[in-house]
Amino acid sequence: MSARLRWRKFVSGFMLTMTGVCALVAVSVLCFILGYLVFHGGTSIGWNFFTKLPAPVGETGGGMANAILGSAKLLFLASLFGVPIGFFGAIYLAEFSGSTVAFIVRYAADLLNGVPSIVIGIFAYSMVVLPFKHFSTLAGGFALGLMMIPITLRSTEEFLRSVPNALREGAMALGASKWKTIATVIVPTAYRGILTAVLLAFARVAGETAPLLFTAFGNRFWSHRWNEPTASLPVMIFTYAISPYDDWHRQAWAAGLVLLGLILAINIVARAILSRGSAVPRS
Amino acid sequence: MHASVRPAVSVNIPPIVTNAATRETAAALAMRMTVSKVNFFYGTKQTLFDINLGIAANKVTALIGPSGCGKSTLLRTLNRMYETVRDTRLEGEILLDGRSILSQDVTALRRCIGMVFQRPNPFPKSIFDNVAYGLRINGSRAPLSEAVEKSLRRAALWDEVKDHLHKSAYELSGGQQQRLCIARALAVEPEVLLLDEPCSALDPISTAKIEELLVQLKDLCTIVTVTHNMQQAARMSDFTAFLLIGQLIEFNPTPQLFTTPGDPRTEAYITGRFG
Repeated sequence: MSARLRWRKFVSGFMLTMTGVCALVAVSVLCFILGYLVFHGGTSIGWNFFTKLPAPVGETGGGMANAILGSAKLLFLASLFGVPIGFFGAIYLAEFSGSTVAFIVRYAADLLNGVPSIVIGIFAYSMVVLPFKHFSTLAGGFALGLMMIPITLRSTEEFLRSVPNALREGAMALGASKWKTIATVIVPTAYRGILTAVLLAFARVAGETAPLLFTAFGNRFWSHRWNEPTASLPVMIFTYAISPYDDWHRQAWAAGLVLLGLILAINIVARAILSRGSAVPRS
Repeated sequence: MHASVRPAVSVNIPPIVTNAATRETAAALAMRMTVSKVNFFYGTKQTLFDINLGIAANKVTALIGPSGCGKSTLLRTLNRMYETVRDTRLEGEILLDGRSILSQDVTALRRCIGMVFQRPNPFPKSIFDNVAYGLRINGSRAPLSEAVEKSLRRAALWDEVKDHLHKSAYELSGGQQQRLCIARALAVEPEVLLLDEPCSALDPISTAKIEELLVQLKDLCTIVTVTHNMQQAARMSDFTAFLLIGQLIEFNPTPQLFTTPGDPRTEAYITGRFG
């Protein structure tokens, strides 16, 4: 074997090993985080964690029931606000707009998607918190909803565009109006993709902390009204993690585990929906 | 209408009719649609030039010509499908039963003029829902299952699918899917059925079935079909129009066009010297 060939074989082997190691690192980070969360927080997860309010400072025990419910309320509000705007905006983009308008809206959506979440938080703070003079679930939901708009819009648009044009023509040739075509053929054809897009947008904002810090704020008790501050899992993790108490640290880990579990579950459901195959076979 | 300007005969019947006997038979035919002085533009590019053509009721009219000659464009003007593409413009007049199609409501018009496309395009729904689609969106009160059965029988598909009407349309073969699309178009009982190379994506046996079917459908509706297959035009149609780069070169009864073409370009095309 010539020296040159030996050198090539060495380079080839080295590169292969390196790419393999990098791929392994990417996977193991997730496993490591999961393992770490289970190790530190697993013991604190129990019936109490899901049903009890946080214990008063100094006492151990207690749970995060209010934060779990708070997160659910925030995400519900965010979806109520973000999903329809993203969805109908995407319909306009994919089915009606000219190329210039589509370009501008798409570009704006991508920029909005790139706006740091803390800036979204400040915006929601000045738009909702200041006029109402209250930290509130409403403000937090508004901030998260803003973040859902561009994600839902862009991916829904992609799925609508992937519906073959032949189906649009088929429906319109039967005397369906544009709206009827969209409602009875295009959206039903793309619904799996759209549902996936919405779920992923949901999972994406579920763990957002920065926009909630000065909108939903935090609460150690139940939040009874939409215009009261509320606890949420991400903010709870933040507050508990920087506290000086060991018990709170354990609870923060547990909350992280619950949050990550929720996001993983949503992702798995989304993939499962999508992998049941597209409604239209690719030809 | 233009009949006052032009002799009615030349608008309503094939423009190059040399034989006196054919002229009489052609004049006696009822015209379902009349295309007069149609010019068509994609943006600034003109793709149809001064087309005049009559489509006889309950006959099969075939549009032939080489790729890009405008035969599909002409077909798509007949139900205004061209309007779904941006920057298109039509000049001239197209009549359906004496009424201009351009002034009608486009959804109502397309209910009267059905269309079948080059590739089968069933909706991702069940066989039943595909056929019922046109009836449902038009708010038909007629019992759906009877109408669906009737359309599937007319499209010669009923016996093959009657036991699994609720299966997805995508489980059918290509030829069956195309007959399903024909059934879907027939369900709304159109006066005219437009077909844009309906067999080009199909195997010879499916093609033969569809050709046979279309000839039978003449009694129900008027048929206009685009084809790049001259044998198919010769087998199926009563009239044939030959187009070349956006112009109607010759329009005659099919036997005449294929045996004694009136234009040297037609002869060159049908004898296979180009296209």
